Amino acid sequence: MAVEIIDSDALAKKIINKSDTFILDVRNTEEFEDWKIEGEHVQIMNEPYFNLLDDVSAIEEKISKNQEVIVVCAKGGSSQLVGELLDDAGFTNVFSLEGGMKAWSEHLEPVKIADLKGGGELFQFVRLGKGCLSYFISSEGEAAVIDPSRMIDVYQKFAEERNVQITHIIDTHLHADHISGGKSLADEVNGTYYLPPGDATDVTYRFEALEERSQIQVGSATVNVQPIYSPGHTPGSTSLIIDEAYLLTGDILFVASIGRPDLAGKADAWAVDLQETLFQRFIRLPEELLVLPAHYAFVKELKTGGEVSAPLGKLYEKNPGLQLEDEREFRRMLTENLPQQPNAYDKIRQTNMGKFVPDHQEKNDMELGPNRCAIHE
Amino acid sequence: MNIAKVLDAKGVACPMPLVKTKKAMKELRAGEVLEIHATDNGAKSDLTAWAKSSGHDLIDSDEDGGVFKFWIQKG
Repeated sequence: MAVEIIDSDALAKKIINKSDTFILDVRNTEEFEDWKIEGEHVQIMNEPYFNLLDDVSAIEEKISKNQEVIVVCAKGGSSQLVGELLDDAGFTNVFSLEGGMKAWSEHLEPVKIADLKGGGELFQFVRLGKGCLSYFISSEGEAAVIDPSRMIDVYQKFAEERNVQITHIIDTHLHADHISGGKSLADEVNGTYYLPPGDATDVTYRFEALEERSQIQVGSATVNVQPIYSPGHTPGSTSLIIDEAYLLTGDILFVASIGRPDLAGKADAWAVDLQETLFQRFIRLPEELLVLPAHYAFVKELKTGGEVSAPLGKLYEKNPGLQLEDEREFRRMLTENLPQQPNAYDKIRQTNMGKFVPDHQEKNDMELGPNRCAIHE
Repeated sequence: MNIAKVLDAKGVACPMPLVKTKKAMKELRAGEVLEIHATDNGAKSDLTAWAKSSGHDLIDSDEDGGVFKFWIQKG
C-alpha cells in the first residue's frame, strides 16, 4: 500500500455531492482554527504534523484503520509525510491532498445553473476554499465573465473547451476579500472590462463604466445583461439581471445573509444605502428572479451539486437580513454584527485598484483565510 | 547567546525544515540554542507552534534576503 493522492478537483466533487468525507488537517492549530475545509458532510480533525513525527498514536485511537482519511496541510508536503506514517502504522485508506490548502483555496468548481433563451448557458464557478462565486455566461460564440477570481486561466480554458470567445468581463463592485481577475482577464482576451464608476474613483487603469443605462449584450443580442444600481456594500455596487430571469447580486444580498457595509470604512452611510437597495429597489423586482450572489457564508447554502441560489421572493420570506425593515433595528443589526475584517482586505482593495502589484506568492498569502463579506446574526 | 549549532534548512519545503530542526534539537543540551536558516515561508508559524508545544523557547527570528532565521533554546 502507498499513500494515494487526491486533487482539489476530486475533493471538491466529493464535497458538493455531499459524500461523507473525513479530513485530518495537520497544519498548526492556529492556522486550522482560522480557516479550514468545510462541507455539510465533512468531518474534520486537527493534529499538527509535528506531533505525529515520532509516532501516530495520538490519532490511532480516534480513527479506525480502514476508514478513508484525507490528510491536508498547507502545501501538500506534510500531508504526504503524515500519510506515509499512517500507512506504515497500518491505515489502509489514506489520501494526501495535492497542493494542500494553497491548491484548495485556488480551486474553482463550475456548476451549470441554466440554459438561457436563444441557446446560451449560465454557469456558476464555486470557489469552495473561499466561499466566492463567479459567473460565466455564453451565447452564440461569445462569453461574459462576472466577478472573476484571479485564476483567470480556468475561465480561459473553459471558454476554449466551449469554443467561445470571452468578450465582456464585469466586476459588480471593487472587491475587498479577494483579488479580482477582471482587469487581467480583459487584457488577456482583449475584452471589455466593466466596473461601477462609484467604486472606481481611485483605480489606475482604463475601464468601461457599469451603469444602469449601459446595456450589455452577449452574443448577437440574445443574452441581455441589465445593470441595476444597488449600493450598500460599496458606494458603486451594481447588480445584474441576466436574460430577464437571473439576478446577480454581487455582495449586496446573499442566500442566507446580507452584505456588510463597512469594508471601505463608511458603515453608517452605506448602511442607509444598503437598506434602500434591499427594501426599496430589490423588493420591486419580480419575485421569481433567481438570486445568484458573489459569495456564500455557510456550507448549508450549497445545494447538492454545488449550486448557490434562491428565488428573490423566497429570500424576502426567509433571509434573516431581510426581516428587519425597521430602519433602526436594521442598522443595529448591521453595526452590532460586523464580523472581523477579511485578512489583508486593504491590500486587496489597493491591488484591485491597480495601485499595488503583488507576485503570485503574495497574492496567495493575501487571500488565505476565510471569507468574511456577509453579516448574519 | 550560546549558539550550539547552526542548521541549514534552506531550499527544502515543509515539513523538512521542522523535521531537521527536531532531529538537531535532540542532540542539544537544555539551555543551548539552535540557529536555523530556512527559505520555506511556512517555517515561521510551524516552528513557533512546535517550539511552544514541545517546551522549547523561540527566542528570536529574523528575515534577511529571503532567508528566515530562527533561534530556539532547548527547554
